[in-house]
Formats: sequence, structure tokens, C-alpha cells
Amino acid sequence: MTDGIWVIGGGVIGSLFAAHLSRVAEVTLLCRRAEHAAAVSENGIRVSGRADFVGRPRASTDPTGLADAGFAIVATKANDVETAAAQLEGRLGDGSVMTVQNGLGAEEVVRDHGSWPQLSAVTFMSGTKLADDHVEYVLDTPTWLAPYEDAPLELAERTASLIVESGLKAEAMPDLEPARWSKLIFNATVNSVAALTGLPHDHHFAELEQPTDLGHLVRGLMDEGKQIAAAAGIALREDPWEMNVLATQRGSRHYPSMLEDVEARRPTEVDFITGALVREAERRSVEAPLMTAVYRLVKAREASYL
Amino acid sequence: MRVTVVGCGAVGSLFAANLAQLDDVEVWAFDLDREHVAAINSNGLRLSGAGEVVGEVRATTDAAELPPSDFGIVATKCMHTAAAIEATAPSFADGAVCSVQNGVGNEEAIAERVERVIRGTTFPAGRVVEPGHVQWDVKGDTTIGPFEPSPAPAVEVERLADACTRAGMPTQAVADARGPQWRKLIFNAATNPIGALTGLTHGRVCEDPALRRLVSKLVDEGKAVATAQGIELDADPEELIDHAARPDVAYDHKASMLQDVEARRPTEIDYLNGGIARFGREQRVPTPLNDAVTALIKGLEASWTL
Repeated sequence: MTDGIWVIGGGVIGSLFAAHLSRVAEVTLLCRRAEHAAAVSENGIRVSGRADFVGRPRASTDPTGLADAGFAIVATKANDVETAAAQLEGRLGDGSVMTVQNGLGAEEVVRDHGSWPQLSAVTFMSGTKLADDHVEYVLDTPTWLAPYEDAPLELAERTASLIVESGLKAEAMPDLEPARWSKLIFNATVNSVAALTGLPHDHHFAELEQPTDLGHLVRGLMDEGKQIAAAAGIALREDPWEMNVLATQRGSRHYPSMLEDVEARRPTEVDFITGALVREAERRSVEAPLMTAVYRLVKAREASYL
Repeated sequence: MRVTVVGCGAVGSLFAANLAQLDDVEVWAFDLDREHVAAINSNGLRLSGAGEVVGEVRATTDAAELPPSDFGIVATKCMHTAAAIEATAPSFADGAVCSVQNGVGNEEAIAERVERVIRGTTFPAGRVVEPGHVQWDVKGDTTIGPFEPSPAPAVEVERLADACTRAGMPTQAVADARGPQWRKLIFNAATNPIGALTGLTHGRVCEDPALRRLVSKLVDEGKAVATAQGIELDADPEELIDHAARPDVAYDHKASMLQDVEARRPTEIDYLNGGIARFGREQRVPTPLNDAVTALIKGLEASWTL
């Protein structure tokens, strides 16, 4: 893993990985916009909030002229994984790839481009992009990673160690599905409700006093998610409702990415998050009327501006 | 006879200005908008559009100035009913009061302060274009009937219907006015919040098959709550919804709740979907989707105060 790391995607998660890992490895951030790459090349990436330093990854929009990497983290939005994976084709030697998208399905997309060992990851860390070269690290919750298909657990463990060494939290585990589904249900609910109401993830999401309080809808959505997970044979690692209550008690008022996307009138990841659960529900004949409703509403909200 | 219109916005003005055309009716208006009241008192209340009318109406912002009235017509937004009727109730000590508002729950609020109550549903619509001047967009029928728990006698209901009809606001007196009210309620509750949450016009909501199915599910819940109360709808809300979606009817119409949301004004959600949910709880009829959209709209309203 000393062969250099590519981090593809310069959003919050990609920036946090690139900045931190640049302290323990040769890192190149691959991003879409030339001015983004220029800002990072010139100024590095400043991390504030939970940490305070300037990471010095290289940055580029095009991997063509770069030396091959030994490890790649695909940290793009779910919608952009296909493009990212295509950039990796033939460029990793015997290296490996980690996907860290919201929702389900990124691993399959990457697999279509190479037979490299893959790691599946979900991350609970969060932050806010303040500029192309400045990210605020808000929640220092861990990244969980596990082997995909027949990759060795040892690869996940080595990778987790490297991430921890760089200053982020990470944990390797043999099977990601219990953790991934916990986050998927949490995300599908919190992101959709935030996108529709304009509320950051705050105390409203756990309120249960009045019959029309938002907490009832949040819990109802999560209950449907749990039923879908059960039908898929997944034993959740954490209870999404408890995750919700805990997160809202922190008082940090996190702005979920789907809310930011809707406010900026960008395409959201709803098809990969809420949509992934709705499709699983249909495939397994589980009734999910609330999840279906918020999925359709977010899709329609997108349609109003796209 | 003397009629006092309580809440002289668009709908209240349509009743006030038209009724003022009759020789045997004296019309007063109670409204909190000082400029509107001053304009009405100096220049009369003017309607244009579907009809050109100037009505001689005595308007006031001070309920203590109101003389005793034979009839009240309440046309405030639903959330102001209780305060408006509390202020004006003394002038209806020997009169009957009719709601022509949206939603459900207004008659109950009026009956807290007034003995003889009339349930009403009206379809004419317009908008205030400047103080003292209302654009009359749509003509339509009104149906009124005794409010069962605190009923006005039939002869009184008929007297008000006769006056409105003679004034150019066709109004039918019926024994049970719940059918038209719940038809309009279900129509509004199934379409208004969807427009408000997605930003889409009525026509665009209806041409998205998945979204149209969600509308139907909201309609079905409303129908179930109506049926449980023994209410027979006077027409199928589904037909109204499809009719309104036609390009020559209301394809491009932004639901009033969407207009409220865009202007960040409090919505009438508590009296629409919230009303269906409340009556549903009383009747032990589950209304999960009406609960869900109520929570989402209330969340949206809460997001404006962060």
C-alpha cells in the first residue's frame, strides 16, 4: 500500500480521505473541475473542525499521465461511480479498490471494470465543504470496511489501520452488510425527509409528542426499512432509530447531502439510497408505502428543477 | 338583513361585494388588514375578472364596532378561525354563522362561541390584487347546511342561500353539507401538499404515474375516513383531480399550499391532511400517508424558523 493512493471524488468524504491520508502516504486526489485540482495543488486541503491541519495531496482531473496507484478509494457520488471506475481500468496493477458510496450497488459497477480485490465501505464521518481547498470535519464517526466477494479480510484490516494512522476512524469487519444496511435505512430516511422539509438533521427528527410530529414519520420509515432488511436476511448492526435519536441529541444540526443537493438544484442520490430500498422491497414483496411515498416525492422534487 | 363577513380576503370579498348589491342586505366586513379596510371604506369593495362589481361594505379592524348581525360568513384562513370568532362572537348573539373555509374543523371552532352554525363549502376563487380590490378568478357553487352538533335551523340556512344566490353567488341549502365539504377536502388534501413538497403544478403532478398513484392513495384514505362517518361524497374526488389536470382547466395551476410555501406563509395543512388524520383517529381509520404529508409540511414550516 505504499504504491500511492488515488482518491477519486473531491466532495466532503473524498477531501477528508485525501487530506488525512496524504499525511501517511502518497495521495492524488482526482476531481472533475480543473480549478478544484489547481486549488488543491496550490494550497493543499485545509481541514478544520474535528482536526486542524493542511493536507498536501496532489490533485488532477485526469489520471492519464500519473503513475499507477496501488490503492484507490472511489469516493464520488453514487451517480458518478461508473465514470470513476472507467478511469481505473488497467491502472492499478495488483492494487485494490475501495468503494464508499451511499446506498447499494457501487461494488458491482466497479467490478465490471477490473478483477482487482475490492473493499466495501460505508462511512459515518461527515463534514461541510467550505471551499475546494477547505473542508470542515464535523462528525468523526468511523468508516467501516469489509472485503467484497473473495478479497481477504487482511486487506480490510491493513486498510483500516492506514486510515486510523492518518487520523480518521475506521474499523474492519468480515461482513459489511449489517453495517451497510443500518446506514442505508438511516440515510434513506434522514436524507429524504431533510430534502423534502428543508430541515437539517435536528431534534425535529426524533420528536414524538404530537401525532403529527416528524419523529413518527421517521420511525415509520425506519420500521419499513427494518422489515425490508429482515426480508433480505440482514441482521442490522445498529438500530437506525437509535442512531437517529443519538445523532439528533448531539445538537450538531447536520445538513444531509440530499438536502444540499435539492437546495443547489443538483441531481440527488435518491435512486441509490431511498430508491435502493424501494426496489429491494418490491423484489421481496415487502409493503413499504411510506418509503415509496418519500422516494416518489424526492424524485418529483428533482423533476421540478432538472 | 345584516351580514358580517369575517375575514375579507379573496373569498370573503366575493361574498361581501356581491351580497352588498342586494337592497335588503347590509354588509359589514371584519378584517385585520388596515389598508384593505380603509380602501373598502373610502372606495367600496371592488371585484373584477369573472364579474365587475363594486360593493358598498362597512369594514372595520375593530370587532367592537360590529353591530348585531343576522348572519356571519367566516372566510379566514383556517388557523385564524378561533381568534376571529372569539373577537366577533358578540355580534352573532342572535345570528347564525356559516363557514366557507377550506378544510375541516372550522365549524367546530365556530361552535365554541356561537350557538347556530352552518357548514359551508365554496368553489369560487380569487386573489387580492391591491387594498379594496379583488380579482375574481373562478365562479363556482356554494353548498351550505346545518352543522349537526350546533345546527342553524333549515329556514335560516335557506334564507342565507337565497340571499347569496340572488347576489350572484349560486348557493344551495342542503340537509347534510358534509358530502361536498369532504369531496373538496379530499381533493385539496390529495393534491395541495404534493404540489407544495415537489414544486410541481397540478398537471405535472398528475402526469407522473407514480406520483398520481400517491395522490390516489391519499384520496383512498380520505374516502375511508368519510365513509366511517357515514358521509356520502357528492362526487368522486378522482374525477375532479383528473379534470383539473387538463391543459384547458388547471394544468399550470400551482396549488395554494405551494404558493404559501414559496412565500413562506403558514399553510392550512392542519385542517386538510391533518384534519383527515384527526377524524381518522376518532374513527379508528388509519391514515398513514396523510399523517406522513402532514408531518412533512409541518417540518417544512419549521425549517423557516431555524
